Amino acid sequence: MWDMMTSVIPLALTYTAPLLIIALGGLYSERSGVVNIGLEGLMGIGAFAAAIFTVSSQGAFGGATIWLALVVAALAGMLLSFFHALASVSLKADQVISGTAINMFSAAITIYMARWLTGSANIQIRRSFIRTNIPVLSDIPIIGPLLFTRVYLTTYVVFLFILISWFLLYKTKFGLRLRACGENPHSADSMGVNVTMMRYIGVLISGFLAGLGGGIVIMTYSKEFSQLTYNGLGFLALAALIFGKWKPIGILGSSLFFGIAMTISNISVIVPSLRDVPNIFLNTFPYVATLIALVLFSNSSVGPKAAGEPYDVGKR
Amino acid sequence: MAKLKSPIAKNSRQDKLIPFLSVILGFAVGALIMLVSGFNSFAAYTRLLEGAGLFGNVRRLGGTLLNMTPLILTGLSVAFGMRTGLFNIGASGQMLMGGFGAVAVGILFELPKVIHLPLAVVTALILGALWGMVPGILKSKFNVHEVVVTIMMNWIAVWTVYYFVPLYIRGAFDTESATIRSTASLRTEWLSDLFNGSPVNLGLFIAIAAAIAVWWILEKTTFGYELKAVGLNKDAAKYAGIHVDRNIIFSMMISGALAGLAGATFYLGFTNNIKIGELPMLGFDGIAVALLGMNTPLGVVLSAFLFGFMNAGKGFMQAATGVPNELVQVIMAVIIFFSAATMLIRRWMNHLSKRKEKTQKNLEKGGAQ
Repeated sequence: MWDMMTSVIPLALTYTAPLLIIALGGLYSERSGVVNIGLEGLMGIGAFAAAIFTVSSQGAFGGATIWLALVVAALAGMLLSFFHALASVSLKADQVISGTAINMFSAAITIYMARWLTGSANIQIRRSFIRTNIPVLSDIPIIGPLLFTRVYLTTYVVFLFILISWFLLYKTKFGLRLRACGENPHSADSMGVNVTMMRYIGVLISGFLAGLGGGIVIMTYSKEFSQLTYNGLGFLALAALIFGKWKPIGILGSSLFFGIAMTISNISVIVPSLRDVPNIFLNTFPYVATLIALVLFSNSSVGPKAAGEPYDVGKR
Repeated sequence: MAKLKSPIAKNSRQDKLIPFLSVILGFAVGALIMLVSGFNSFAAYTRLLEGAGLFGNVRRLGGTLLNMTPLILTGLSVAFGMRTGLFNIGASGQMLMGGFGAVAVGILFELPKVIHLPLAVVTALILGALWGMVPGILKSKFNVHEVVVTIMMNWIAVWTVYYFVPLYIRGAFDTESATIRSTASLRTEWLSDLFNGSPVNLGLFIAIAAAIAVWWILEKTTFGYELKAVGLNKDAAKYAGIHVDRNIIFSMMISGALAGLAGATFYLGFTNNIKIGELPMLGFDGIAVALLGMNTPLGVVLSAFLFGFMNAGKGFMQAATGVPNELVQVIMAVIIFFSAATMLIRRWMNHLSKRKEKTQKNLEKGGAQ
């Protein structure tokens, strides 16, 4: 049991990190009142940007390349999310349709550019993050082998973002205003909050974080950008967001939960006790769990109340 | 001048113009992207049309009709949902499940064609309807948003097919099913001969029949009237004595059935087997088709033709000019974006018509003095 945990938990943390940061991105957008089903596309463009940056810089930045790639990924996500903000906030378009357009656009333009720039629809990177043991901390009994052994540094960056987000959303004026725009934009407006600007900020942060998530996927366990990068991680993040009840700590829990589920389904072939469990149960688990959760708390509406509706000053 | 300004000043006229402008803007953005990446956009678009058989090559024209077939059905699926106030983003999953059922029947049963083929098609229809029923029930009974549920159902469909295909209908590889028996195939010799050997198939007639059926349901039946009433105003419909909950479930089932049929035409008429781990993008393209067709059956058929020929010609375009075929998908995404952000186009049109009005008034003023 202990052996299994020390092999599962570090791997689960690897899968959890990008999922968590993308879900956190969705949180900012939806809390500001803009539904974002374009997370998959924002993740994808981040992944593409990280891959193309790493390949084309050819080691010009040395050891900093992998970190810079993450920054580029985040900025690419932010750039694409601007169009979602433009459509859903300024042009009052249907946010779900705009998000769908973002997903389709991202999946197509990245492969287009990959073919154009590299001649192939697959981009493989040579430089990436490697698993390390954190000095001192990995020697702590029990939590050392579980949390600080054979990990990617990016995982801690993600956890740091969660902490910052919790503080930002619940302990600062900015957070209160952002959440107010998602709950009751008219009240927020009457108190002098610029709803349009707050929603733009919410969507742009979501693009930044989802793009970063895509970058982490490429720079840690995937190491290759292709059509297969669009494997539904963004939609899973959406599930994690709902399952985590639109709260930072909640999505930390749900992402870990899904991360462990993903790990178990991935390693089930090599673990004797899991080999007999049909993979359909493990693979569909996160989605079925989300549906059940939605049904269970359907009576207590927990999502941001105004999410999905364009802000119309004249409408009360 | 007055004649010129009037077509773009009225709201209803604008509604009709928007799809056309979206398409033009989509192609314009596509041209811009090609320009930036150093390709000749005129040559690329010419090759795109040529590859789709629009210059008279019958076989390639067959390819356009082939590509158009599932798009009509997924487009109808999304459009039907939209008319009743539901956004079915799960047409892909419903199509996949329908296709899976059809392929399974096509492989596992040995029957004469007159029974086998209809059985496979009906299986697809039923599985699609069942896959659409789940979000319908969750929406009506538990008020869970259908967009989230259909997204989850898409992935559940992917993993369901992933599990069952290698287990029961495995082909040469673990990653795909065996080939369906010829008695379950939608292809017919006379149609292929007519189009010079193109795999265009009977699915096209299923799609056209479905478009007519949808038009009939929505425009000619009480049931369709009720569905539209629910879509326009749920509360008013309820007040008028319409069973809103039941109608939502039926609507999602019909939407799912249409997507299931798309799966039948795609897997029984084109691929002849099913691959695992893939979500057919045609379901998402259906959103573009429906939006551009303004959710009407005729509009869906027309926009399915547009996207059908783009999909049919893109391979030829890539081979002849080196432009990556993903360009077509980019154009589609841009078209969706503009058909969603109609306010942008409206603003431009209003701006334009106002400016003309102003000059008109100035001219009149000048004339009177």
